Amino acid sequence: MSGTMNITLKVWRQAGPTAPGGFEEYKAPGISPDMSFLEMLDVVNERLIEGGKDPIAFDHDCREGICGMCGLMINGSAHGPSKLTTTCQLHMRSFKDGDYITIEPWRAKAFPVLRDLVVDRGPLDRIIQAGGFVSVATGSPQDANALPIGKLEADEAMDAAACIGCGACVAACPNASVSLFTAAKISHLGLLPQGQPERYRRALHMVAQMDLEGFGGCTLFGECMEACPKGISIDFIKRMHGDYIWGAVTEKPEKVALGSG
Amino acid sequence: MKLDSKVPSGPVKDMWDKHRFEMKLVNPANKRKYHVIVVGSGLAGASAAASMSELGYNVSCFAYQDSPRRAHSIAAQGGINAAKNYRNDGDSIHRLFYDTVKGGDFRAREANVYRLAQVSVNIIDQCVAQGVPFAREYGGLLANRSFGGAQVSRTFYARGQTGQQLLLGAYQALEKEIARGGVKMYNRHEMLELVLVDGVARGIITRDMVTGAVEAHVADAVVLGTGGYGNVFYLSTNAKGCNVTATYRAYKKGAAFGNPCFTQIHPTCIPVAGDHQSKLTLMSESLRNDGRVWVPKRKEDCGKKPSEIAEEDRDYYLERKYPSFGNLSPRDISSRAAKEACDDGRGVGPGGRGVYLDFADAIKRLGAKEISERYGNLFEMYQRITDEDPYQVPMRIYPAVHYTMGGLWVDYNLMSTIPGLHVIGEANFSDHGANRLGASALMQGLADGYFVLPYTIGHYLASNKFEKVTADHPEFQAALEAVKTRTTRLLGVKGKRTVDSFHRELGKIMWEKCGMARNAAGLKQAIQEIPSLREEFWKNVNVPGSGGELNQSLEKAGRVADFMEFAELMCIDALHREESCGGHFREEYQEEGEAKRNDDQFCYVAAWEYAGDGQAPVLHKEPLEFENVHLATRSYK
Amino acid sequence: MRKFWDSSVGKKVVMGLTGLVLVGFVLGHMAGNLQVFMGMERYNAYAKLLQEDIIEITWAVRVALLVSVVLHVTAAWQLTRRSWDARPVAYALREAQVSTYASRTMRWGGIYLFLFLVLHLGQFTLGWTWLFPEYAKGAAYGNVVLAFGHPFWVAFYLVAMFFLLLHLFHGTWAVLRTLGLAKNAAEPLQRRLPLIIALVVTVGFSLVPLGVALGFVR
Repeated sequence: MSGTMNITLKVWRQAGPTAPGGFEEYKAPGISPDMSFLEMLDVVNERLIEGGKDPIAFDHDCREGICGMCGLMINGSAHGPSKLTTTCQLHMRSFKDGDYITIEPWRAKAFPVLRDLVVDRGPLDRIIQAGGFVSVATGSPQDANALPIGKLEADEAMDAAACIGCGACVAACPNASVSLFTAAKISHLGLLPQGQPERYRRALHMVAQMDLEGFGGCTLFGECMEACPKGISIDFIKRMHGDYIWGAVTEKPEKVALGSG
Repeated sequence: MKLDSKVPSGPVKDMWDKHRFEMKLVNPANKRKYHVIVVGSGLAGASAAASMSELGYNVSCFAYQDSPRRAHSIAAQGGINAAKNYRNDGDSIHRLFYDTVKGGDFRAREANVYRLAQVSVNIIDQCVAQGVPFAREYGGLLANRSFGGAQVSRTFYARGQTGQQLLLGAYQALEKEIARGGVKMYNRHEMLELVLVDGVARGIITRDMVTGAVEAHVADAVVLGTGGYGNVFYLSTNAKGCNVTATYRAYKKGAAFGNPCFTQIHPTCIPVAGDHQSKLTLMSESLRNDGRVWVPKRKEDCGKKPSEIAEEDRDYYLERKYPSFGNLSPRDISSRAAKEACDDGRGVGPGGRGVYLDFADAIKRLGAKEISERYGNLFEMYQRITDEDPYQVPMRIYPAVHYTMGGLWVDYNLMSTIPGLHVIGEANFSDHGANRLGASALMQGLADGYFVLPYTIGHYLASNKFEKVTADHPEFQAALEAVKTRTTRLLGVKGKRTVDSFHRELGKIMWEKCGMARNAAGLKQAIQEIPSLREEFWKNVNVPGSGGELNQSLEKAGRVADFMEFAELMCIDALHREESCGGHFREEYQEEGEAKRNDDQFCYVAAWEYAGDGQAPVLHKEPLEFENVHLATRSYK
Repeated sequence: MRKFWDSSVGKKVVMGLTGLVLVGFVLGHMAGNLQVFMGMERYNAYAKLLQEDIIEITWAVRVALLVSVVLHVTAAWQLTRRSWDARPVAYALREAQVSTYASRTMRWGGIYLFLFLVLHLGQFTLGWTWLFPEYAKGAAYGNVVLAFGHPFWVAFYLVAMFFLLLHLFHGTWAVLRTLGLAKNAAEPLQRRLPLIIALVVTVGFSLVPLGVALGFVR
């Protein structure tokens, strides 16, 4: 593709977590359609710095769609208009000359803005801490092939495990619910034999943590699945609910073992 | 400085067992009294932090991203090697060891490589136990594929996201330990200085990237798992934030830097599209299993559509030059062959810096469905970036900086020349010699973190007495002051040029003069140009904002400032090594276009010691002895 | 129990289970209503059956329904509050991508349905004469004919049925997923059975006021 385009940006600017924020408009002429969206922001930032202004802060790292660090609300949709695409993999050829692009940070009480378009996604780590793991310590587990796992089960677990933790599901959800993220991890581990012993306990603890962090509940709008750059299915939310219900029904009090040692 | 590799005596296959027995242990009740700092949360850092916490040590872990799960290990696509021999195709620990030493062009330490091959089998077991969803056969057993530079199928994979899945396994183990209280995690914290007390590593200085607070952290040992320095080239497949700062700061405090010029150029990346390019994207090497690499035989054909170039007018140069490995030739060889073809004027695509990777034959043979099953996500990624459909037209690829074999020098215990400073993963000068084989980086990161460091750090802690030190110690206060002064200096220049413009210029110098092919004249020129660029940087850089806030320009400025100094060290190392080996190709040293190693003079690890600003670094040599894999010319013909 | 009710998933499960009870009720109620087309005698006999002959069962059902409605509405209200709290700063621009109109109107539609429910009970069961002066006890058929002689009541009823259609279209689809029972689907947002249920119920109910208004029932 040849030729460049001129676009106008409307960007959320906020100096710090407690500072008031607001939108500012920037002209971005001479943008190549081969640029990624973040490269376009790089260009805008270079011009801002040269003009003596503060550049726009935004999170990014790998720029190949896997680290989950980037994430912007672009024209009202999380990660912008292309399906199955992170912000860093969105290219300017998805826009046209003269476009007016609104850029906002992820909005949720649980994701406070740190600066401009950068938010704190700490709650996602804390949800994993609540049970998103298999409790095995480094050591000498059995031989990897001693535990056969059907290809289809492994594939389905992989579908869930593909989550990159970007938070687009929260951003896109009208309820600011984190169900898709939480369900993806519960399902990844719950679908595998390694995850069975802790399966229901995990679901109970992770759901409790996501509520504690102040996310909204799931009403199955389906927006999360559409926004997810890895196409994670809301079927996993259903699975999380099933595990949660079974866990709640069969929950036993955790006893403290006495007399050991 | 004396380089003592501390390699145990005896036959290589018994060394690790023997050493494990000989190392001192820390009493379980005493472990929690020891505080270990781990910088970095990639495969090496996360696995080390989690494993040490499980043992009972008190661990602090630092990452510059907002979560440990984002470290760049996550981007590794292809897979992880292990000598499981599940395929019954002749693999063994010895063969993986042999392949790695040979693939590294005989510039790695045999003892370390053997240990790596030994623990590789444990890694797969450990990862499966954690719930890593590796690819499976219908029978439920693990699937394998072959990878560049190997003739056996020993690579385990999870679609094209193996690094992600392995990192998530380590990340989950880390989060488990954070929840238990064994690890304290510091996200969005950048290490800016290493602190030595009485010559021993006792802590670090960090900057909180949200508030700007500069803080001192005291510990009994420091572990760096801070990755590679490929971003010295500006354009690389590394994440934008990857940097040399932690290892370079340690170098300036006395840690020897090993083989800094050994850089891996990956052959299958998407070519540069324009000046705006901010990073390069790698296409997994696994594509070379089914794709055929070619360029037109005649320069005149380069402008034509690939479909208009007849079969007999195509030069499948890898198959022609290296018939036994063909398209699966090792990375350094494939990269150089691509460069030669393009230098010859037969490159394709904009700027003539590209070669075709063609799937037409594979699609004919296996069907588009099978190809999509194998590489679907890679094809989609390619199309998203280039707007071309690789099912219809061949991909265009070109080599790009991908991995750095060089790093801080470490002994068999993974300890640098600074007592207490341990270095793991890509950050150390590593087990890959002068060239890393595909799917071996993940293996090394996890081997170091899960199965080597947890033993050796105990030995270090049990063997030494630690005086109580607090952040009030004059060394910590001096380091804090130094960091603050440097920040003030960067912010105070208020010149005309942006940080990125300097970084781009540095990258251009490095790519042209210290890239895929190097020569003495170019390197000498680079050694002239870099200091003057550095001088201009400190006079004319414009870093907006202040130090007391989230300031991404300031973060970049600090990293680029270190790259500016480090680049010179790389060039000095490249200039001194008057031979071609692995990723280091000196144009003066070749035979019929193939790299010509000089084992008589250069069969050693070059470990550079910092001698003060403006002083030439001091070279120390660790001679390499090959008792098990005999020195031979590496041939893939 | 407390923990279950406090969790967002627990509340959704309560909404789902009570929703199922209410879906069962509307199906039965609709079938009963359609007897209006079988003449006054039949219809009044049906009303007598419910209100006199098996009154004990009727009361048991009423209590179950009342509990269901209370739980359904309470959980919905609390979850709505949580959602509003979860995003204190709204987006300047947000484009719905795949969510249905039905899913987005669950809350406002639900409020209308609740209002409708109260007035509907007042009109036909409790006999609030301030609301519906023509009400005559025991004359179920006559009440229906008189009520839907007023265009206002027809319109009020049909609007409620429109929201019921939307509510059931989303609710009957979502309930199986909320309870973790649905099968995996390539296109999980696609739904056929919920559309059929929603249409049957809505059309079935709407036939009664329309039948009166158009003169088929008099």
